[in-house]
Amino acid sequence: MFEAILLTVITASTPLVIAALGELVAERAGVLNLGVEGMMIMGAVCAFAAAQLSGSPYIGILAGIVGGGLFSLLFGFLTLTLVANQVATGLALTILGLGLSGQLGEAFVGLPGIKLQPIVIPLLSDIPFFGRVLFSQDLIFYLSVALVVGINWFLFRSRRGLKIRAIGDNHASAHALGINVIGARYLAVMFGGACAGLAGAQLSLVYTPQWVENMSAGRGWIALALVVFASWRPWRVLAGGYLFGAVGIGQLHAQILAQNLGIVIPSQFLSALPYAATIVVLIIISHNRRTTLINTPASLGKPFVPDR
Amino acid sequence: MKKLIIALAASAALLGGFVTGAEAQEKTKVCFIYVGSRTDGGWTQAHEIGRQELQKALDAKIETPFLENVPEGPDAERAIERMARSGCALVFTTSFGFMDATIKVAQKFPDVKFEHATGFKAAPNVATYNSRFYEGRYIQGQIAAKMSKKGVAGYIASFPIPEVVMGINAFELGAKSVNPDFKLKVVWANTWFDPGKEADAAKALIDQGVDILTQHTDTTAPMQVAAERGILAFGQASDMIAAGPKTQLTAIVDTWGAYYIKRTQALLDGTWKSEQIWDGLKDGILTMAPYTNMPDDVKAMAEETEAKIKSGELHPFTGPINRQDGTPWLAAGEKPQDGVLLGMNFYVEGVDDKLPQ
Amino acid sequence: MRIELEKRARVSTLFSLLSPLLALVLTLVFGAIMFWLLGKSPLNALYVYFVEPLLEIWSLHELAIKAAPLILIAVGLSVCYRSNNWNIGAEGQFTIGAITGSILPVLYPEWHSPMILPLMLVMGMAGGALYAGIPALLKTRFNTNEILTSLMLVYIAGLFLDWLVRGPWRDPQGYNFPQTKSFQIEAVLPEILSSGRAHWAFVFAIAAAVALWFMMRFMLKGFEVSVLGQSERAGRFAGFSARRMVWFSMLLSGALAGLAGISEVSGSIGHVQPVISPGYGFTAIIVAFLGRLNPLGIIASGLVLALTYLGGEAAQLSIGISDKVSRVFQGLLLFFVLSCDTLIHYRIRLVFARTKPAEVTG
Repeated sequence: MFEAILLTVITASTPLVIAALGELVAERAGVLNLGVEGMMIMGAVCAFAAAQLSGSPYIGILAGIVGGGLFSLLFGFLTLTLVANQVATGLALTILGLGLSGQLGEAFVGLPGIKLQPIVIPLLSDIPFFGRVLFSQDLIFYLSVALVVGINWFLFRSRRGLKIRAIGDNHASAHALGINVIGARYLAVMFGGACAGLAGAQLSLVYTPQWVENMSAGRGWIALALVVFASWRPWRVLAGGYLFGAVGIGQLHAQILAQNLGIVIPSQFLSALPYAATIVVLIIISHNRRTTLINTPASLGKPFVPDR
Repeated sequence: MKKLIIALAASAALLGGFVTGAEAQEKTKVCFIYVGSRTDGGWTQAHEIGRQELQKALDAKIETPFLENVPEGPDAERAIERMARSGCALVFTTSFGFMDATIKVAQKFPDVKFEHATGFKAAPNVATYNSRFYEGRYIQGQIAAKMSKKGVAGYIASFPIPEVVMGINAFELGAKSVNPDFKLKVVWANTWFDPGKEADAAKALIDQGVDILTQHTDTTAPMQVAAERGILAFGQASDMIAAGPKTQLTAIVDTWGAYYIKRTQALLDGTWKSEQIWDGLKDGILTMAPYTNMPDDVKAMAEETEAKIKSGELHPFTGPINRQDGTPWLAAGEKPQDGVLLGMNFYVEGVDDKLPQ
Repeated sequence: MRIELEKRARVSTLFSLLSPLLALVLTLVFGAIMFWLLGKSPLNALYVYFVEPLLEIWSLHELAIKAAPLILIAVGLSVCYRSNNWNIGAEGQFTIGAITGSILPVLYPEWHSPMILPLMLVMGMAGGALYAGIPALLKTRFNTNEILTSLMLVYIAGLFLDWLVRGPWRDPQGYNFPQTKSFQIEAVLPEILSSGRAHWAFVFAIAAAVALWFMMRFMLKGFEVSVLGQSERAGRFAGFSARRMVWFSMLLSGALAGLAGISEVSGSIGHVQPVISPGYGFTAIIVAFLGRLNPLGIIASGLVLALTYLGGEAAQLSIGISDKVSRVFQGLLLFFVLSCDTLIHYRIRLVFARTKPAEVTG
C-alpha cells in the first residue's frame, strides 16, 4: 500500500514542482510573474486539445509547453518592454488565461482523455520498490526530475546561470557589465511559461486525463508559494512540492484511518493540514536571516529600463 | 474620463435604444442562474441540458437566457435582480446557496415567478423543486453489495450537508438489504469541483481496500481512476459511461428537462403556482443510466428495485432502521417525514465515517 | 522594428490624465473587433457592457456594493505594498473579519441593542488585524516570508469558516443546511439611501481611502511608509523601524480587510455561509496596482473593475456573450490600462533603424 500511496503523491506533486521550477527561474532573473495559474490552465487546454486532434499525448505535451510559453510572452511584452507593473499584470494574466482556456476548451469538454503512458526503463525498473516507483513513470515525471537537476546546474554552475542571477540581484550593474537584461528576462519569463504549460499538460494528460474549465483549481498559486518556500533553490522546490503533495494525500488516508478507529476529526481540519504544514516547515527553515537574504533576488519585481 | 463616459453614454444610449428596440419581441423569458460552468460535466451541466430541452420543446414561445459561474455570495442577489428587471417571467435558481437571495429578490418583484432548486424557503411567487436522488443511491447500494468481492465500497463526498448524508445513508441501506455486513468508507474531498483532488480521494479509497466507488462530486475524475485501477464505479449527475465504458455500473442522471417544460408550460397557461416539489424516479426528474458491466441477475435485481420504487411499493428509508450508534430510528414498516430526510444529519448503522456534530 | 522607452525628465501630468482615456479607447476598439468576430453587434455589446450598468439607479447601487470591499481592501494593501510588505492574504483576513464580526449576532441573536452593529464592526476589524498579525509576527520574529504565510492562511481561513457554518454555527432551524441564522435587524448594516441596496460599506471605503490619502500625503507616517518602502537602510538612518512598519502596515491592511468582510456579511448577505467572497481579497490586489497604489486612484480603479463585473453579467444575459469572453475582455482591459500607464513615466519610441541602441546618445 505504501508504494501505491507514493505513486499517488508523485502524481499530485509533479505539476506543483514543475510550475514552481519555471517560476523560480523567472524570479531568479528578477521577474515576479503571478500569472502561473493562468499559464498553467492555458497549458492544460492546449495539451488536451492537441492530444485530441493528433491522437498523440506527446504532441499534447509539446503543445502545452508552447502554449504556456507563448502566453507568457504577453506578460513579458507588458512588463519588460512596456515596464507595466508585474504584480498586477500577472494577476490580469490569470484572469485572461482562465477565460481564454474556457473559451478554447469548450469543444473538448466531456471527451475521454488520452492518458500519457509510462515509460518503463529496462533493468532499472526491476529494482524492488524503487523500480516501480521511480523508473516506471511517464515522461513528464522524468522531465520534472531532469529540470531540478538541470536548473540547479544551470543557475549555480554555468556562466549563463550566473548572468541570470546577476540580473536578478542587481539589474543596473548587470546592464553596466554589458549583459542584455531585457533579452535574458524575456527568456526567463518564457521558460517559466513553458514550465507552467508543461505542468498544465500533466494535469490534462496524466493526473486527470480530461478537460474541464478551471481544472487547475488553484495549483498555480501553490506553485508560487513553493518558490518562496524553497527560498529560490531548485532542490528545495522538489522537497516542498513533495511535502505539500504528501500531506494532501496523507490527510485523505487519515480520514479513512480515523473512520477505522472510530475517531471524529472534522475533515476541514485535515484538509487544512498541507497549508499549515507548509507554514510550520518554513518557520523552521527560515530562522537564519542571512541565508534567506542571500537567496532572495534583490531586484525581484522591480522594473528595468536600460539607460541610453 | 467621466466626461467621456457621459458623452459616450449619451451617444450610445441612442444607438443602444435603437438596436434593442429593433430586436424587441413577444417571447416569454425563462431565465436560469447557474453556480458553476455550464460545461462542468456535473451539476450545472445537467441543468443546462434541461434548459436546452426546454428551449427546444417550447422554442416558438420562449427564450431562455442564463448566467453561469455566479458565486453564492452577494453577487447572487444582484444577478437574480438583474434577471427580474430584464423581463424574465420565470427564474430558475439552480443552487442551494441562492436560497436567501431568491427570497429577497422575490419580495421586490411579486409579479415574477421564481423556482429555487433544493432549498426549503418558499413564498407565494417562489416554488422549490428537488429530486429524490436517494432513490438512485439505494439502487446503487444494492448493486454494489452484489458486485463487491470485499464487501466494502468507497464514497467520495463533497461537503457534509443533509443531501450528501442522505445519499450516503441510502447507499448503505441499499447495500445492507443485500449484504447485512456491507461496509462503507467515506472520504470528504471538501470540494464539489477539483478533478485532481477527486482523483486523489478515489486513489486513497482504492489503496485502502475498497473495490467499488461512488461519488458525490462533479467531475469524471474518480470514474477515470476506477477505470485505470480496474474496479467498478457509479457515475454522478450525468451519464459518465464515456469516462469508463468498462467501469460504470450505472449513474444517477439528473434529468431536469421534463420538469422545466412542465413548469414553463404551466406559466404559459396561467396555472403556475408556488409548490414545494420533491419528485423522484417515477416523475423522471432523475433517471438511472443503463445498467452495464454486471451480470444479468444483478441487472434484473436493479431493474426490479427501480420498478418498485417507481410504483411506490418500496421506500428506501423503511424501518426498521437503526442509527449509527445502534439506537433505533425507525420502527418496522415506519417511513420518515420528508422534512426529516431533508434535514438529515446522522448516519444509519453500517457507515464507518463519523459526522462531527 | 523595436520599441524603446525613454524616461521622462518628470512625471507627465498630461499623460497621467490621458493614459486611462487612451486605455479606454484601445479597449473599446479591441472589444468592438472581438465582439464583431463573435457575431455580435459591437456597438450594442459595448453599450451593454460599459453604459447600461451606469444608467439605472439600482445598478449604480450594485456598483457601489461590488466596489466597496475592493476599495476597502485595496487601500489597506496599498500601504502594505508601498512599505514593501507583501500581504497577499487579504482574502483570509476578509474571511476572519467576517467571522469575528459575526460572533455577536450568531451567538446572541436575542440581543437587540444599537450597540451591536458598532461592536460587530470593531470586532471584525480586530479579527482581520489579528489574522494579518500572524504573518507579521512570523516575519518579525522568525523572518518568515509573508507572501507564503499570508497566502496559506487564506486557505486555512476558508476551511475554518466552512467548519463553523457546517458545525457549531449552523442554524438549528435551517434543516441542517450550512448557514447561520439570519442576523437580527439591529445587526444589519443599513442602506445609505432608500433608493437601493448600497449600504454603509461604500461610505467606509471612501472614508478609508481619503484618510489614507491624507496620511500618505501630509503625515509623517506616510513619509515613513514611502521611505522604508524604497530603502530600509535609508529608513533606518531617518530613525524609522522596519520592524514596526511590518506591524503597522499588516495590521492596518488586515483591519480594513476585516471591516470589508464584516460589512459584506452584515450588509449584503445577512448571515454567514460557506461562500462569502468571490475572491475580493485577490481582485483587490489588481485594484491596488491599477490605482497606482494611490488611495484616490484606487477609488477609481475599484469602480472600474466593479463595472466590468456588472457589465459582463449584463452582456451575458441580454446578448449572450459568455462569461468566458467577459473574462477575456476584462483581462484585455487590465492589460491596456497597465500598459498605457507606461506613458506617464516614459516616452515610447518605435525604432525602425538597425542601429544599436548604444550608438544613440541621449
